[in-house]
Amino acid sequence: MKANETKRTLAKRGVPEGLWIRCPQCKATVFRKEAESRLNVCPECAYHFYLPAGGRIAQLLDQDSFEEWFTDLSPCDPLQFKDRLPYAERLRAEQAKTGMRDAAVVGRGFIRGRPVIFGVTDFAFMAGSMGSVVGEKLTRAAEEATRLKLPLILVSGSGGGARMQEGILSLMQMAKISAALGRYDKAGGLYVSILTNPTMGGVAASFALQGDVTLAEPGALIGFAGKRTIWNTVRLELPAGFQTSEFLLQHGFVDRIVSRQNLRTEVANIIDYCEHG
Amino acid sequence: MEPKDYLPFEKEIYEMEELLARLESAEGGQGGVADEIRRIRRELVNLKKKIYGALTPWQTVQVSRHKNRPLLMDYVDLIFDDFVELHGDRAIGDDRAIRCGFARLGDFRVVLIGHQKGRTLKEKQECFYGCAHPEGYRKALKNMRLAAKFRLPVVCLIDTPGAFPGIGAEERGQAQLIAVNLLEMSRLETPVVCVVIGEGGSGGALGIGIGDRVSMLEHAYYSVISPEGCAGILWKAATETSKPMAAEALRLTSRDLAKLGVIDDVIPEPLGGAHRDHRETANTLKTYLLRYLRDLRHTTIKDLLEGRYQKFRRMGVFETGAWANGVVGGTT
Ligand SMILES: [Zn+2]
Repeated sequence: MKANETKRTLAKRGVPEGLWIRCPQCKATVFRKEAESRLNVCPECAYHFYLPAGGRIAQLLDQDSFEEWFTDLSPCDPLQFKDRLPYAERLRAEQAKTGMRDAAVVGRGFIRGRPVIFGVTDFAFMAGSMGSVVGEKLTRAAEEATRLKLPLILVSGSGGGARMQEGILSLMQMAKISAALGRYDKAGGLYVSILTNPTMGGVAASFALQGDVTLAEPGALIGFAGKRTIWNTVRLELPAGFQTSEFLLQHGFVDRIVSRQNLRTEVANIIDYCEHG
Repeated sequence: MEPKDYLPFEKEIYEMEELLARLESAEGGQGGVADEIRRIRRELVNLKKKIYGALTPWQTVQVSRHKNRPLLMDYVDLIFDDFVELHGDRAIGDDRAIRCGFARLGDFRVVLIGHQKGRTLKEKQECFYGCAHPEGYRKALKNMRLAAKFRLPVVCLIDTPGAFPGIGAEERGQAQLIAVNLLEMSRLETPVVCVVIGEGGSGGALGIGIGDRVSMLEHAYYSVISPEGCAGILWKAATETSKPMAAEALRLTSRDLAKLGVIDDVIPEPLGGAHRDHRETANTLKTYLLRYLRDLRHTTIKDLLEGRYQKFRRMGVFETGAWANGVVGGTT
């Protein structure tokens, strides 16, 4: 991918870059440093901008408490998948752009002094989609949480859901992580799922909606089918606010909408309620 | 079969069959005709072997959607001795795209769960062409739990283009209901046997697709996304050239899935596809289902669940090892 193409892609995804950023919600031009000092939230309208995995860890976990695990896992191209660009090349471009091997970061950390197993998917890497590496890392995280009897906190941000370029193997990651979470649940573990913008498709239809407690950041896009697919099928105008966090709350699929500034406190509080006494 | 019923690549087969039929009806006088008929019969078998032995992935998708392909309810008639349908999901309504009920298969009492796509236009509309809503997945799980309670094995026959993408489906929690099914099926305390009999469309298929055995009929497909959806995303439009490319790239045929270690068996179809002989297809399917049920019959629940866990735990391909920034590599 050429440098200017990378830039366009980033801009299209609403990733903050440059000195100023434009809020997609209120259209205000916001000083980037100011947004960052407010946890990447728009100072004008409280729109929650994209937050990379590193930023999420810094905001949610205690300072320097995070120990990343399974960093040696890298994606490969089992299908030799080729569209306009071979998947292997696409991976290299995404890796160069993000500095990550794949879309998930997992490990152990502390939230206000409480030890947790933590995982996050980063939208910047192939839209946060789940292929074999993401599935394996999250599954290992759930297994470690089971073994260590620690709360599990997963933050999902995925536009595409299961990653098309790994075909059926991506679909099977949904089964794999679900099975691991099933065992974790049976063992009595607390799983808090945090949905961020966007959480769609196979990610929504697996680990993201299997939490004991499901929290969502305000205004996140959450759903199964994409809006275009739905429109192509039913040819009806979609209701206002369709597939937002607020829509899911209204329909009973999200427990609480929590703004970014309150997330750490809320998660810590939930952990305290669910501590086995 | 009406001419419009055959797929483009089947044209030669039908032409030869017509010729054969003409000769057979004209047969009477000359001895030469009988020889000719024998010769054409042999050639016809070879032609079918040639065409059906080398279907492209996109042709496979077309066969899996053939309008005469046997559907769930055909198998109910052909191989299950009884079917006591259970309609309720206990919350919203009766989704006709997923049928559930008690059934008898050989000596086994089972709970049968499957997608029904519908044959007539009325049936198709009633079940949204086999695309289930959240109610369908809820109904399926309700009946799987019933099966587990009485230790009845569960047989899931999968045939769906995908879970229904609609406004109501999203309002009623399509993603949520599928997510719950995946988790609960992975630990359901009774044997679960799944076969993709036609279309294995993504999450809509997986939503009733986690079991101790997962197999596919020979010309079924199973994919993370439909070839049309994939083509629309990667080639910007689903066209007659991009759909075959997407089908090829996705590795969605039964042979591909067997190679990738995702399915247990490729269940053979009659020469020329399941749509040519429902009874033979059904009998083969029955043989496989009975074998699975016998295999699993005496397994303890503990071993069963451990086996099911490990079956899916193994899936996925990745590398481990040192990594230089921007370079995919390392040792496997
Ligand atoms: Zn704003």
